[in-house]
Order: sequence, then C-alpha cells, then structure tokens
Amino acid sequence: MATRTASRAPSRPSDALSLEQKVELYYWMRLTRSLEERLVNLYRQTKVVGGLFRSLGQEADAVGSAFALDRAAGDILSPLIRNLGAMLVQGARPLEIIRQYMAKGDSPTRGRELNIHFGDTERGFIGQISHLGDMVPVMAGVTLSFKMRGEKRVGLVYVGDGATSTGAFHEGINFAAVQRCPLVVIVENNGYAYSTPNTKQSAVKEFKDKAMAYGIPGVRADGNDVLATYDATHDAVARARRGDGVTLVELMTYRRKGHAEHDNQSYVPDGEIERWEKTNDPIDRYVRVLLDELQVEKKELDAIDARVKQEIDDATDLAEQSPAAEPTDALNGVYAQPASVEPLWYRAGVRSAVEQHERAAGWGTFNG
Amino acid sequence: MAEITYLEAIREALFEEMERDGNVFCMGEDIGAYGGAFKVTDGLMAKYGEQRVIDTPISEAGFVGAAAGASHMGMRPVVEMQFIDFISCAYDMLTNYIATARYRAFLPCPLVIRGPSGGYVRGGPFHSQNPEAAFLHTPGLKIVYPATASDAKGLLKAAIRDDDPVLFFEHKYLYRRIKEEMPAGDHVVPIGKARIAREGKDLSIITYAATVWKALEAAEQLEKEDGLSVEVLDLRTLLPMDDDAIIATVKKTNRVLIVHEDTRTGGVAGEITARINERAFEWLDAPILRVTAADVPLPFAPPLEDYVLPQVADIVSVARRLAAY
Repeated sequence: MATRTASRAPSRPSDALSLEQKVELYYWMRLTRSLEERLVNLYRQTKVVGGLFRSLGQEADAVGSAFALDRAAGDILSPLIRNLGAMLVQGARPLEIIRQYMAKGDSPTRGRELNIHFGDTERGFIGQISHLGDMVPVMAGVTLSFKMRGEKRVGLVYVGDGATSTGAFHEGINFAAVQRCPLVVIVENNGYAYSTPNTKQSAVKEFKDKAMAYGIPGVRADGNDVLATYDATHDAVARARRGDGVTLVELMTYRRKGHAEHDNQSYVPDGEIERWEKTNDPIDRYVRVLLDELQVEKKELDAIDARVKQEIDDATDLAEQSPAAEPTDALNGVYAQPASVEPLWYRAGVRSAVEQHERAAGWGTFNG
Repeated sequence: MAEITYLEAIREALFEEMERDGNVFCMGEDIGAYGGAFKVTDGLMAKYGEQRVIDTPISEAGFVGAAAGASHMGMRPVVEMQFIDFISCAYDMLTNYIATARYRAFLPCPLVIRGPSGGYVRGGPFHSQNPEAAFLHTPGLKIVYPATASDAKGLLKAAIRDDDPVLFFEHKYLYRRIKEEMPAGDHVVPIGKARIAREGKDLSIITYAATVWKALEAAEQLEKEDGLSVEVLDLRTLLPMDDDAIIATVKKTNRVLIVHEDTRTGGVAGEITARINERAFEWLDAPILRVTAADVPLPFAPPLEDYVLPQVADIVSVARRLAAY
C-alpha cells in the first residue's frame, strides 16, 4: 500500500491518511451528490415538503473539512445548508435525510423543522437554524464548555460568505477568540448569498482577512480540492486542540445550483456555471487524483458508485414507507416541563382540519 | 437570621447554586472583578475564579448564544444583562435559537438570563425597561419577575435548576429598598405559582414585580378610607402563567384590576384579560380594568417619569371606580 501513496509536497496532513481513508473521501462526496440527485427526483415527484438545497460543486469542502475532525474524541460541528457532506461524514444517514425532506413522522425532527436542519450531539453535529451566523456564538459556547471541562474536544462551525456580514458572526467569533475556545470557523466562499455576489457583501477581497480583526489566524484553501480542504482544516483543528484557540478557514468553492431548487440563477453571468462544471468539479478533480496519482483502479470507484446507489435506493424505499407525522405530536416537547402543551379547547379530542385536508391543491406540493 | 435585601437575596442564590452544582457558571459584562453594575455578583469571581465568572465583551447576542451552546453540553449558564434593556440585542438568539431548540432539535437549553429591570429610578428609556411582554409571546421561554426578596432568591434557584431557558427579571427599584429574612435551608420557590400577597373579598388586583408594592399600598388606603377588602395577587411567574390562581381570585371577588409597570398596548394585562374572559366571564360583576404605563418610551425627568408610570393614586382611583360599578 505504501507504494501507492501520493508523491506531493511532504508534511501535508493528508499524507498521513491511508489509501482506504482517501478512497473513503470519494465515497462521502459521491454519496452527497447522488443523495441530492435522488432528492431532486423526489422533489419533482412533489414528495418533498419545502425547498431543496443543493451543494453541487461544494462536496469537497464539506467532506474534506468534516473528515479532519476526530469523531472518537467527540468533536462537534455545526453544518450549514450546503454541508450535507459534512453531516454524512459525522454519521447522518441517507434514510434520515430523505425522511426529513419528506416530512415523515419518524424523521429526526418528527416533522418539526425542514431539510437538513437537524442534529445529534452524540454523533457530533448540531442542527443549524435559518438565521445565518447564529451558529457561531452557539458553537463558541459549545467549545467554551470543552475548555471549562478540560476536554480535548474541538468544534467546527460553517458559515457562508454572506453570514460574515452578520452581527452574530462578529460577536461569536470575537467571543470565541477572547476566550481561546477550541473552535474552527469555516467560511465557505461559494460566490453568492442567494443572488448577492461577494462584491455586494463585503469590501474585503478575501474573507480570511477578517481574522485579523479578531487576533486569530486566517487561512485560505482550495475548497474544491478535498485534500487541500482536509489539510487546512486539520491544521486548524490541531491548533484548537492544542489550546491555541480559534482559526478562520476560508474555503474557495462555487455554488453551481441556485439558492434552492426553485432559483433559476438569472443573476449569474453567462458561462460561469459551465466553466466551473467543466474545469473545477471537485469530484472529477479527485477522481483524477485517485486514478492517476494514487493508482486506484477505476473498477474500485465504480463499485463505490454502485454501493452508493444501492444505499440510496434502499433508503428511498424505506422512507417512502415511513408514516406521516402525527398531528397531535405538534404539542409535545416545547418544554421539558410541562412536557406537552394543552390542546386549544376547540381542538380537544379532535384532529379537526387535519382529518380533512383543507389546503387547496394549488397552494403547494404537500398532498399528505 | 438577619434580614437581607432583594439584591443580596439574588447574590445568595448565585453563591448557593454555584456551590451546589459545578456546571453552573456566570457570564456578563463587568460581572467579575468589578462585581457587576449593581454589584449583584460581588465576590463571586473571588470565590469561583474567572473560568466560572466570565467577563464578556459587549456582545449580548454573542454571549447569550454561547450560553445556549454551553447549555447543550450540560452546563448551566447564568447570564447577566447589565441592564435588561439590552436583552433586545439578544432577541434573535432568545426567540429563534434558544426558545425553539428543544422543540425542533431536542437540544436542552437550561440557562438563565437575568438582569436589572424596571423604572421609578429616573433611568430613562434605556435603563428602565420592562421587556417581559416582548418574550411572553414566545413558546419555549419561561419568564419570572419576583417582587420580594425571598421570592427573588427562591425563584432564581428554581430558574437555575430548571431544564428550560428562564428569563429572570429583577426589579432594580426593589434591589436595596426591601429587606426580608430568608427562609432557612435550601429555599426554592416553584416556577409557575402565583402568590396571594394580601387576602381580600371585594376586588382583586393582579400584578407582579414593583407594582405589587404599589398595589399593597393602595389596598391599605382603600381599606382605611373606603372600607374595601382588596386582594392582591402577585403572579411571580408570567410564563407559564398561573391560570388557576387568576381564576380563583376572579371567582372570589368578581372584580378585577390588572396593574403593570410596562406599557399598555400588547402588555401582559391584555393576555390576562383574555384568559379570564375565556374561563370565568360569567363570574365577573364588572369589566376588567387596567392600570399601566402610558404608551410612550419612558422619560427620565422626575415629573415626566412619575406621570407616565402607574402610581398608588392611579390604582386607588381605578379601584374605586371598579368597586362602584
């Protein structure tokens, strides 16, 4: 196996990855992309409730960065909407993702919150909310608890280029820097916040330069190179674990799909998407590394593709059989105590509107 | 045991809870070496160190969010707002992130946000607010606003031990003006239970925080001058509201006056009125009336502040009208 290791510049953290681990990176990226393609099918079949958010073209930055965490040590990340890959690496399963998108009763949130907005602290990921930047203070607190308890755990939080403009980002990263929390802040620079290009988001040329204002290191890496992403994140994680505090890592990537599936990307200059697709697709690039530099055989990758397809097919079949959410479950779990909210008096003993669906078919895709 | 002030009672609760549970820690602006703007946390850092008594940057959203994250991991943060007026800077964190965390993501958020609230102190529009109604509307939060020193201690201890996020409003007018001997032992007052501050049979004043004392003063005057027997119900907790105690006093006196220091429109009194309307309309002998602040930002000049805020004379005159209805 040793003969098959890459002959790159020495002392890159990814040099220490085994070939199995390097192939595993491909598996996670392929799983991310194929799972999202399956979700597109389900969306077009009107089986998805709510919007569908793609990470097409950004799989490497999500997978490579999450892979740099130590799951056995109890590291925790907080994903963004385009970090499905990071969640899968941390242990989220395709079945959970599909159930989430289909608003199923046995989905991780039991129909409470949409898409990939869910978490599991045991497996090491905390569900985001829609308010961008808010997870930075939250992860500052998660990692503050690691520091207070003397645990050698690290936290990682993803934000987009747009979220760096929020007050929450600033307050959270500043607090974490002052407290020297073991936190890695990843700014995924994918060019757009919904339709807004970076030039209208910030006057800084490089988001990594924002680190200077917080007295922390800022680094920039190629987010479409999964190994470069791993390397940059690994260094930041090691620094955090040593007790040296926060690092801001800017990962350069590109959002090839719209904000969500409905977005026609009319604001994108002609040819831009096609150029990234042709010349800078993270999976295509990594396949070349695997085949050409690491001498992985094509059939090995084909076998992974087949395995991924099978896993997604199985998950889809199971998710389709999952029950819808139970209406009265909506009243449970707002508080620890009381555990349930009392039904409104005119709903006591009845499920009212839910028995007979009152929403006109033309209002949306939900037909449950 | 000696009498201690409302402020000292809060401090005593903090010391006792930090001693009892190593997961309890405090965060806020200037709370450490300086002991806080009102000296509530005085001596806390000297005893527990700067790891557990954290001086924060001026970042309410930042450290409230950090409290949420730490609480997910099993810590029990107690966050001080230097003045409760600044809680609005953390409104997003509290309402969007913290209040929903258990429901949407099964993440526990056992944290307390506490801070000096209320007027009658010539503090002006940004050092006198009563923002409770802004949060009453948010499922997932609990809101406590004690009127006595022993309640301040017992409710803060309950709030720190509660598995849900609690907003703990402290009335700064009461900080050093009222004193009381603390009940012996581990004094915990349950959240969600109102207290009858004065028994009566002719009419009920439902109130909380500093206006409990105004109501008691008015009740005394009404008894002396009008021979009226006035009941005063101190809500103590606003969320969850003690509906049973409210309905019980309505059924007892059949006349209700609601008093709060907060502004009128969208205030807590409207919510209480609706609840009585739904559950005990037929028990009322008169319309529910309310005495509140006028709907203006609170001015600081004494004649202006006194004019805007509820006074004993207002309560007396409205209670007379209610009794005569």
